[in-house]
Amino acid sequence: MTTRIVELRQGILKKNDELARALRGRFSAAGVLVLNLVSSPGTGKTAFLERTLRSLREGGARVAALVGDLETDNDARRLAASGAPVRQINTHGICHLEAEMVGKHLDGWDLGALDYLFIENVGNLVCPSSYDLGERIRVALLSVTEGEDKPLKYPTLFNSADAAVITKVDLAEPCGFDREAALRNLNEIRPGIRVFETSAKTSAGMAEWLDYLAAERLASTR
Amino acid sequence: MHELSIASSIVDSVTESLAAYPGARVVEVRLRVGSMAAVVEDSLQFCFGLATEGTPLAGARLAVRTLPVVVYCAACARHGEVAGVQSLRCPTCGELTMDVRQGRELEIEAIEIEEVEVQT
Ligand SMILES: Nc1nc2c(ncn2[C@@H]2O[C@H](COP(=O)(O)OP(=O)(O)O)[C@@H](O)[C@H]2O)c(=O)[nH]1
Ligand SMILES: [Mg+2]
Ligand SMILES: [Zn+2]
Repeated sequence: MTTRIVELRQGILKKNDELARALRGRFSAAGVLVLNLVSSPGTGKTAFLERTLRSLREGGARVAALVGDLETDNDARRLAASGAPVRQINTHGICHLEAEMVGKHLDGWDLGALDYLFIENVGNLVCPSSYDLGERIRVALLSVTEGEDKPLKYPTLFNSADAAVITKVDLAEPCGFDREAALRNLNEIRPGIRVFETSAKTSAGMAEWLDYLAAERLASTR
Repeated sequence: MHELSIASSIVDSVTESLAAYPGARVVEVRLRVGSMAAVVEDSLQFCFGLATEGTPLAGARLAVRTLPVVVYCAACARHGEVAGVQSLRCPTCGELTMDVRQGRELEIEAIEIEEVEVQT
């Protein structure tokens, strides 16, 4: 018996990273802007996405969505009411989406015929941060009902985000939401992050969000 | 519980590298894990035990080296360890910086294996 040390020096999630890189290449070649939406369960991802899909479609954009959940296709049905093509990814107990699941659920879709593809991740603020899905923009959402220190409690996720959305601002007052503290905390974790303050109920803040999407899409195709 | 997914990924990667060492048994797996990688070591140790059952990694130790978050501050032109992951500020001048140079790692550094001598 001899023992020996074998140097591996490889990423644990190498396989996911490679698949994600391939997806990113496909998305970029097809000219589709892909966003990965991450938050706790109940933050309002589906409601925010319902609004987003409807508005984009009204503006003539071609949109589609993938939605991850542990079980059930309730969210997919809610989103499909917008008229956009939507597919549910059931992870059956896995607490995050992986690039492979995304790849499998794209079968038969003509990416070249899409302007935007939204991926609603499984409700979880820890696990999705490690898994690249090939998205161009990672959006972290937090609702005014969750408290302004969410970014401090889940720094990894907020640090990996490209944009943040504060949802349910129609409830900010009754919840005693400290807006300044929330913005300060986001900026400590992810200096300079773009923040949108929205309500799916009143559609507050949606115009700024839609402008951002259009600008990002333009930038991505240049 | 993404520690279970991570543990399974470790088992897959290590098993793949073992192809070059037929019959070898894994004694230890050495990881480098950044403080910002969102991995809970206790949970990972537990899941590693589960994920290695019935594989060539069964009974192997998992050695986790935790790496602090290091940022680069352009104003000071130097690297520094941040005081905590709650705030990405240069330890020298206190400015915020997005330039994270270390702390997100999730890597298998090396494995220690026990090989059966082969007569030549
Ligand atoms: N008042 C208010 N409620 C909201 C808003 N957005 C979502 N909700 C409610 O919050 C709950 C969770 O929303 P959902 O979109 O399913 O969250 P998800 O789990 O992140 O997808 C539902 O009861 C929604 O009606 C909002 O902007 N304002
Ligand atoms: Mg949802
Ligand atoms: Zn400095």
